[in-house]
Amino acid sequence: MAVIKKKKEKSIPAVNTSALPDIVFMLLFFFMVATVMREVDLKVKVSKPKATEIQKLERKSLVTYIYAGEPNPRYQEKFGRSPRIQLNDAFASLDDIQPFVLQEREQKSEEDAKMMTMSIKADKTVKMGLIADIKLQLRKAQALKINYSSDQPKNVEALYTSDY
Amino acid sequence: MARNKKAIPEINAGSMADIAFLLLIFYLVTTTMDTDKGINRMLPPYDEELIEDPPPIKERNIFTVLVNSSDQLLVEDDYLQISELRAKAMEFIDNNGDGSCEYCEGYNISTSSDNPDKAVVSLQNDRGTSYGMYVKVQNELVAAYEDLRERFAQEKYGRSYRSMDDEADADILKEIKLAYPQKISEAEPLNIGG
Repeated sequence: MAVIKKKKEKSIPAVNTSALPDIVFMLLFFFMVATVMREVDLKVKVSKPKATEIQKLERKSLVTYIYAGEPNPRYQEKFGRSPRIQLNDAFASLDDIQPFVLQEREQKSEEDAKMMTMSIKADKTVKMGLIADIKLQLRKAQALKINYSSDQPKNVEALYTSDY
Repeated sequence: MARNKKAIPEINAGSMADIAFLLLIFYLVTTTMDTDKGINRMLPPYDEELIEDPPPIKERNIFTVLVNSSDQLLVEDDYLQISELRAKAMEFIDNNGDGSCEYCEGYNISTSSDNPDKAVVSLQNDRGTSYGMYVKVQNELVAAYEDLRERFAQEKYGRSYRSMDDEADADILKEIKLAYPQKISEAEPLNIGG
């Protein structure tokens, strides 16, 4: 009895945490490999449309983004609620698209410039009038390869029944 | 001598986990995981002056799709649901009116297209059409072509078109794309009730 009592009084040995850094580093490497840097702060609300015939954009360096949608609540006081275009980190007008494309193209090498893809990330509620205007500007800027950014629907049937 | 024999004290690695956590959280916050996907399209080059005489296309070879500002579809003068669009487009492309297409399974209807090479899908929308609806229509039209190509690949090669490799099967892909060339033409949007 006395022997057992003595054992109980002994403090619990500390949990061995020497493998903890290894585990965390493993997680860290996973995130470093699997993710990409966030490039811009979205100032417009973009809820992408759903589509099934979608292709992956393989090389990020070839892709330039144009965002369109309703400004986020905190910008609504200044910019109103009608859909706006966002290029890089700022709101833009239609006239800014051509210089923007030229500038983006200049930053790329000659071979890459030919392969440049413009990805239109627009909210599904945006009216086609705005998109058509963007497309016209892109045509004028000779940026003809475009991509309508969309998501794979979780349930394909819902594509036909729901509103969007 | 005795001093030299003494083991070097172990480096304290207790804060290693903290440093790693810090880096981990940094990456969690500044990066995103979403991969970019979407429907690839080519825009027609911009020309200041409109082409005077567009090449004549027979009425039967044009498949008109109109979308109004209330997101309703008018396909070949018929009111249609989006769920019916794909089948209707496939029927049109695959019609084989002049009998020159050996792999087509169409019905040889005299008011529908001559062959897949001549068939043109013409899409026009209103400025008030929602972008979501537009992408859906685009998606269905692309899907119609993809489904026909898939069928062609299955019959001729017994393989799935969608799983073919861009480089290894380049020749086969080229042939399939030639069998059903994707011809989707877009007109300038209308402005009625935007």
